Amino acid sequence: MTRLLLGRLVQAALVALVVGGLCFALVRVLPGDVAFRIAADRYGPDALTAQAAEAVRQELGLDRPWPELLLRWFGELAQGHLGNSLVSGEPVSEELASQLGPSLWLAASALVLSLLIGLPLGLVSGLRAGSGLDRLSLIGAVALRALPPFVLGLVLMLVFSIRLEWLPPAGYGTWREMALPSLTLALGLAAVSSRVVRDAVAEVGATTYYRFARLKGLPERAVLVRHGLRNAAIPVVTYLGLQAVYLIEGVVVVESLFAYPGIGHALVHAVIARDVPMVQGAALVMGLMFVLLNLGVDLLCRLLDPRLGATR
Amino acid sequence: MMLQMQDLAGTALARPTAWPISRRIGLGLLTLLAAFAVLGPVLVTADPARQDLSASLAPIGGDFLLGADHYGRSLLARLAYGARLSFGMALLTMLSAAVPGLLLGVLAAWHGGVTERALVALSDIVLALPGLLLVLLLLAFAPGHFLPLYLGLSLSLWVEFFRVARTITARLLVEPRIEASRLLGFGTFYILRHQVLPEIAPLLLTLASFAMGTAILAISTLSAISVGLQPPTPELGSMIVELLPYYAEAPLAVLMPGILIFLLVLGLQLTARGGTVR
Repeated sequence: MTRLLLGRLVQAALVALVVGGLCFALVRVLPGDVAFRIAADRYGPDALTAQAAEAVRQELGLDRPWPELLLRWFGELAQGHLGNSLVSGEPVSEELASQLGPSLWLAASALVLSLLIGLPLGLVSGLRAGSGLDRLSLIGAVALRALPPFVLGLVLMLVFSIRLEWLPPAGYGTWREMALPSLTLALGLAAVSSRVVRDAVAEVGATTYYRFARLKGLPERAVLVRHGLRNAAIPVVTYLGLQAVYLIEGVVVVESLFAYPGIGHALVHAVIARDVPMVQGAALVMGLMFVLLNLGVDLLCRLLDPRLGATR
Repeated sequence: MMLQMQDLAGTALARPTAWPISRRIGLGLLTLLAAFAVLGPVLVTADPARQDLSASLAPIGGDFLLGADHYGRSLLARLAYGARLSFGMALLTMLSAAVPGLLLGVLAAWHGGVTERALVALSDIVLALPGLLLVLLLLAFAPGHFLPLYLGLSLSLWVEFFRVARTITARLLVEPRIEASRLLGFGTFYILRHQVLPEIAPLLLTLASFAMGTAILAISTLSAISVGLQPPTPELGSMIVELLPYYAEAPLAVLMPGILIFLLVLGLQLTARGGTVR
């Protein structure tokens, strides 16, 4: 258990290292003098002189060698100081705090919706492996997986917002604005999860213990609930870990597409505007969300399959 | 978008004897698309950047075979150049991920010790973040440029090649036949070429198709959210977004680049399905 937590803690540290390191490099590579910018920030652009910038440089030690600056950069990061956005001037942490909610809602609703679609479909296809429904869901899954999420999102937008005028194509507030972005993500996720569920169920259905449970006369329902579902759930949950990549990347893309006020949208805009503190903060939060998702999957796997805990 | 990959190392031993139907369909589709991407820009004489505002949103059929976009640029030419760009860039990123990935994977398993641990740590660093986030961070250095896009994609794609090569090599090295070859005095390169490479080779097509599919999805997605390659480059993702406002007048013009991306990725994914179809 501690080993599992430790592993994810290391991953979280690596996320901070990669994001922080790249953003530090970004500040140093971009044209413009940091000292001048800070001086302009402090004394106003009118009072900005070379002397003022030089004073700032001395005071903050910006003329020190870069390894020292890098260490200081990580020190700031470790204390949770993310700085101010270069575009809005607001503290990055405040901006992120207001964007985190929408992003979490989107990710959670997409995950739940994908399970609502994927689980029943996979279950039925798995129990009747080889049937027409099974084939149909395979074709659907293959097709959906070959569509980039932004194309899928656009198609949904064209159908539900423009043609049918049922749902708004952008915005945030009620479930109506949330419906299309989360359906876009959920369809992509369900395309994979329904097939994983189907394979797991078909595999469990072919085991001797499952056949024995039927042979001894248990009703079909009891066999499925008592012997089938938990065993089939293990590979499914393991696969959720891989889907975390799709979910996080999808949140970034889909938020940008639907102008949804979340962290992914903020990250893309910050990249375009080269708002380094904002890029760093948003990438850090998305990365940590990814680590937490992985941790959740790890814990769920342990809960479902106690054997994992015994061997480690 | 990262495509999800099954545990390839686990299926390595179950080598399919004949190529399954999905792989044959996939390769057929890819051959057609590759022909379009290679021959298209040669055969279509129209310049994909040449504007003709009097032919704005020209319909399919008329002067332009597949119609024209809002600036009156030939859609056929733009689609052909877009396909070439996507295909070419995917091939380039795949190769620059595959060659170091495979070599380092074999090296890690062969040397073990510090070399292996350092390389595994490096791959863990890359895997700590979802691939698209890494590419986005690199794109912040030069939004809209080719180099960070290419570097970021190769950097996140080499890991899969590395992991598969390392797992297979490590498993082979403890087998008696390799030990026997070593005792008989066969050189390292002989063993690598004749005993390790043949085990990795059957997986290469799957790995390469997955990597290329991932690259194509990422390239078009990043242009579509305007951090990747920018207009007027004929890039399939940005073509969709550029044409979207004219959907009411020319719905097919919007859909065609999307269909092309879909077919490219579909062909690659079908090819990637080695033994198992799911």
